[in-house]
Amino acid sequence: MYEALCLSALREGESAYVTEVNAGPAMDRRLTDLGLVRGTRVTCVLRSPAGDPCAYLIRGALIALRRADADGVALERQIQAVPAQAVVTS
Amino acid sequence: MNRVALAGNPNVGKSTLFNALTGLRQHTGNWAGKTVATARGQYTFEGEEYQLIDLPGTYSLAAHSQEEAVARDYIESGQADGVVVVCDATCLERNLILVLQVLELTGRVLVCVNLLDEAERLGIKVDLPALSQRLGVPVVGTAAGRQEGLTDLKAAIARLVKAEASATPKRAPCERVTLAERYAAQVVRSEKADRQRRQQRLDCLLTSKSTGIPLMLLLFGLVVWLTVAGANMPSTMLTNLFAWLGEGLESWLAGAPAWLSGVLLDGVYRVTAWVVSMMLPPMAIFFPLFTLLEDLGYLPRVAFVMDHAFQKCRACGKQCLTMCMSIGCNACGVTGCRIIDSPRERLIAILTSSLVPCNGKFPTLIALITLFFVGGRGGLLASMEGAALLLGTLVLGVAGTLACSRLLSATVLKGMPSSFALELPPFRKPRVGEVIVRSVLDRTLFVLGRAVAVAAPAGVIIWLMANVTLGEATILAHCTGFLDPFARLFGLDGVILMAFILGWPANEIVLPVMLMAYLATGSLVEFDDLSALGQLLTQHGWTWLTAVCTMLFSLFHWPCSTTCLTIYKETGSVKWTALAIALPTALGLGLCLCVTTAARLLGLA
Repeated sequence: MYEALCLSALREGESAYVTEVNAGPAMDRRLTDLGLVRGTRVTCVLRSPAGDPCAYLIRGALIALRRADADGVALERQIQAVPAQAVVTS
Repeated sequence: MNRVALAGNPNVGKSTLFNALTGLRQHTGNWAGKTVATARGQYTFEGEEYQLIDLPGTYSLAAHSQEEAVARDYIESGQADGVVVVCDATCLERNLILVLQVLELTGRVLVCVNLLDEAERLGIKVDLPALSQRLGVPVVGTAAGRQEGLTDLKAAIARLVKAEASATPKRAPCERVTLAERYAAQVVRSEKADRQRRQQRLDCLLTSKSTGIPLMLLLFGLVVWLTVAGANMPSTMLTNLFAWLGEGLESWLAGAPAWLSGVLLDGVYRVTAWVVSMMLPPMAIFFPLFTLLEDLGYLPRVAFVMDHAFQKCRACGKQCLTMCMSIGCNACGVTGCRIIDSPRERLIAILTSSLVPCNGKFPTLIALITLFFVGGRGGLLASMEGAALLLGTLVLGVAGTLACSRLLSATVLKGMPSSFALELPPFRKPRVGEVIVRSVLDRTLFVLGRAVAVAAPAGVIIWLMANVTLGEATILAHCTGFLDPFARLFGLDGVILMAFILGWPANEIVLPVMLMAYLATGSLVEFDDLSALGQLLTQHGWTWLTAVCTMLFSLFHWPCSTTCLTIYKETGSVKWTALAIALPTALGLGLCLCVTTAARLLGLA
């Protein structure tokens, strides 16, 4: 099963794969330069004292992003195998 | 001569490699017509001369920023006989994206995989021959910090400039990323080492909610304390040394006319000696310590922890880094603002750069804190109290920066914060030797030299003003008398305000000018200890309130002349330079007025 979420919702220590990057033209370009494209695996590593920005591990480098920018990156992650019925009823 | 360009991502050790290759045969400047720094250097290998051009560190060559445009244009122009792309072995996948981009512009590329020592410690292995085969260009491995692999690199460069090669066809940005991922998966073997986990634990400690901010204050507090406590003794020793030299100079000048010995001895010599003995020790302690923190990779973490505050003020988080540079020297902070891409946020950072106290203000602040708030006592406890107060002053400077940034983004520089991505490079073991050499040569002596160059002529002017009489009083007395009623309103006096005006060329000379004016003798006498200085100030009506206002005004007033000139150069506008002068002055006068009025109304002073 896959769960869709955005980068800013990723908690410390969690990883997921990028499905779409839509953080405005300038930021999209910058993220591509840093190697953040569709299919890239990202891990949230650090949360600053105020909870915003957070630092993510992107292709071996630690990059700090603000929540407003991280909101524009869509992710999906595999969630623990849950019986199909449980998902339907919830 | 063969010309070789050095390209690469930021934080890959490109400058270290450049220094290791060229040694002292280099010079720095700006790219023609651009506010982008450049360094060129030379070295000889097997009888041939090579010129190395250090291109700005960039993540891309898409020409979205000035740095990227400079790097791209230079590579495309074909002026270089070869391009060396420096990569970080610990983060090769991301670095390969730039390599592939450079390969689309020119075929004469050499890939230098640097920081191999660090990669080894982190349990990362790179198969260099396999990488070379995939990319179709030569690959050399180095550890520039340890001088390893440099001969191989020079030999490879010698072959590169003679090679024939052509560029690869253009790819879409996403294709490049995918290709880099594939190559990295094929050539990099990584096992998570203990060190990597230790790095992450340290990172958590330095940035977490409960420990991030306390540790930041503690670290800066420690740096400030070491500066305050350590500078005392060498300062006294230097003062004694200069006094002894001064006596020799006095007897040598004994036959000269009074005005000449006055100008030379009381003007030039004493002011310069004061500036050196008060400035050199704190700087020689502060700069290496600060460079150590910088080299360790701590400053980006400070920016990470502080970013939320800057975001609230609609400014860039990197402003925190330029603010840190401003502590060393405001003019360096202004130049450092180039790292901020958005023009609006860059202007905010430039206009507020002089709100944090630079090193030149430290001696004045330390002296006033010691005299009026720590009671002139010595010892461990007093130095810690002094350091805490100095740290408090620094925090006030940061608060002023944030407040003014918010004010600017609500008024003349309206706008929302632009997107922001800051790399937090891995912690690196500081190269202590290089740190000391670099901070002493590049920073301490540079700043001290500039201060002395200003102090000497200022000494002449001050001596003349204090000794040439017009009517019944000296020029200095006329000026201070004129300023006095105005200055009293703000808890200062005419002499203090005049000292700040005459101290425009360098903040270091503010206190000596004040003393010369108070001493009416028109010359600066030496003080064996600070208590004599305290007595002099109290005799001239100083109270704790005067000290507070002087410290506030020292913290917030017009930037020094060098900073003003740098602001003009960076912004190219008289209007913005004028605002950069007006903003801190208004803030300082406003705060002094509030404090004085409040204290007087409450009957405290």
